[in-house]
Amino acid sequence: MSEKIATREAYGKALVDLGTQNDKVVVLDADLAGATMTKYFKAAHPDRFYDCGIAEADMMNIGAGLSTMGLIPFCSTFAMFGAGRAYEQIRNSIAYPKFNVKICCSHAGVSVGEDGGSHQSIEDIGLMRLIPGMTVIVPADANEARKATFALAEFQGPVYMRLARLATPVFEKEYPFQIGKANVLREGKDAAVFACGLMVNEALEAAKLLAAEGIEISVINMHTIKPIDAACVTEYAQKCGNVVTVEEHSVIGGLGDAVADVLMGKVCCKFKKIGVNDQFGQSGKAADVLREYGLTADQIAAKIKETL
Amino acid sequence: MNTAELSSVCKQVRRDIITMVANAGSGHPGGSLSMVELMTSVFYNHMRIDPKDPKNPDRDRFVLSKGHAAPCYYAVLAELGFISRDEFDNFRQLHSILQGHPDCKKVPGVDASTGSLGQGCSIAVGMALGAKQLKKDTRVYTILGDGECQEGQIWEAFMAANHYKLDNLTVIIDNNGLQIDGSNDEVMSLGDLSAKLRAFGFDFYEIDGHDLDAIEAALSAPVVPGKPRCILAHTVKGKGVSYMENQAGWHGKAPNEEQRQQALQELEG
Repeated sequence: MSEKIATREAYGKALVDLGTQNDKVVVLDADLAGATMTKYFKAAHPDRFYDCGIAEADMMNIGAGLSTMGLIPFCSTFAMFGAGRAYEQIRNSIAYPKFNVKICCSHAGVSVGEDGGSHQSIEDIGLMRLIPGMTVIVPADANEARKATFALAEFQGPVYMRLARLATPVFEKEYPFQIGKANVLREGKDAAVFACGLMVNEALEAAKLLAAEGIEISVINMHTIKPIDAACVTEYAQKCGNVVTVEEHSVIGGLGDAVADVLMGKVCCKFKKIGVNDQFGQSGKAADVLREYGLTADQIAAKIKETL
Repeated sequence: MNTAELSSVCKQVRRDIITMVANAGSGHPGGSLSMVELMTSVFYNHMRIDPKDPKNPDRDRFVLSKGHAAPCYYAVLAELGFISRDEFDNFRQLHSILQGHPDCKKVPGVDASTGSLGQGCSIAVGMALGAKQLKKDTRVYTILGDGECQEGQIWEAFMAANHYKLDNLTVIIDNNGLQIDGSNDEVMSLGDLSAKLRAFGFDFYEIDGHDLDAIEAALSAPVVPGKPRCILAHTVKGKGVSYMENQAGWHGKAPNEEQRQQALQELEG
């Protein structure tokens, strides 16, 4: 069993090193530094950390203003309050003028657990990918979250990065991270499984379960939802003829739709979306909540089997 | 620039506002006319800017939080030479740099894209904070509508401006008393606005927003260390055009040909 680290934790630690390397990096939070893990940056670089109080809309626009001065602001809060509450600030004051603001939101998806449905954002990927020109990143593990954090600072323009509360296994193997370039983690002919975030690990575990039954699936880590790696999606859809998407997000508007948009009218294949089926989450231990919504490896394996 | 010269610029700006809105057949004349003296004073007498180098990193910054008053913004920018007056014909037309609300990606001299009310003040706070972070002597100015102060985010920004002691920030409120659906008091009373602004901790001034000398005095008063400045400027919506003055109906309506002629006549010499 590999070590478990939450992507938010890796993000917080990466910010510290990024801040040491690049004095243009500033970090903003809305009274959740202890949860988004920007607390590490606050401790290491207090003069470049701005708490905006419980005022997410203000935080996004302050980030916009800071970016016009040549700084690189990372704005963090929970996905519900960033992508959700401050949606229009992100849309009009960051994305519309193409400002160089990095919106890094933790506590996305139902794996938030105990806090319940009010705090489990299952719409943020959809909201953010709807915005013209927005780049949307969902790291799959701690190593990827760290690499993505550095990549965001190098990238010019607005980015939304989705992070998780739950500590999950760090992949044994490290993969290169390039925005917009999907990583194929496992090859198999029976299905092309496109996953993002915590679901990449679940898909890999599902692949092992299926392999024991002689079923071989490809598992592709779609860490960039937008711009999506259309070449990779097309290639594996054609190769397998059977596409499954897995995300800890509503089946409406997220990774599944992004993959479907690539394939529609282009590739003839079977297609199934696995995610939260147009319903709100609820309180419970993260593992129990994930199981309730059908997002554990064995449940995913069973659903993939149905497509064969 | 002295008061007489500024006054003459203001008159030209008012004429340009009428021309732009009448040509387009849409736009916001009322709230553009109410802030002419405020914006002209800031741009002519206070901002360190260069029309030949609009992106100079050491320039002062301006955010028109009440972005619907874009015609006034464009008229002032044209007077200063940031944009050509020829652009006026294209205001609100397809492919124009002069969008209905200011777009900083399209117009030289515009530092932030605004129009969705309540957001500009926070952007200005970010600019002022950035200037402090970078140890620049940049000054940041923003003009807000009074109706806009019904947006809760404005008060978040006021809180942050004072919390971070942004004495390089000047917030000007164009208090014309009217908004789309009627008077502020009918729609959603702001109550004792000056008491609220004082309570937030600003270096506070309350003036007649059409009195160029009063505006100059408030803008040029010595900085109080650690305090952002707020100028509550009492103005007349539609100022300078008799049939538009104090009429909420002229918030977002274009004059017809006859009304255009009358307005331009009233704004002559």
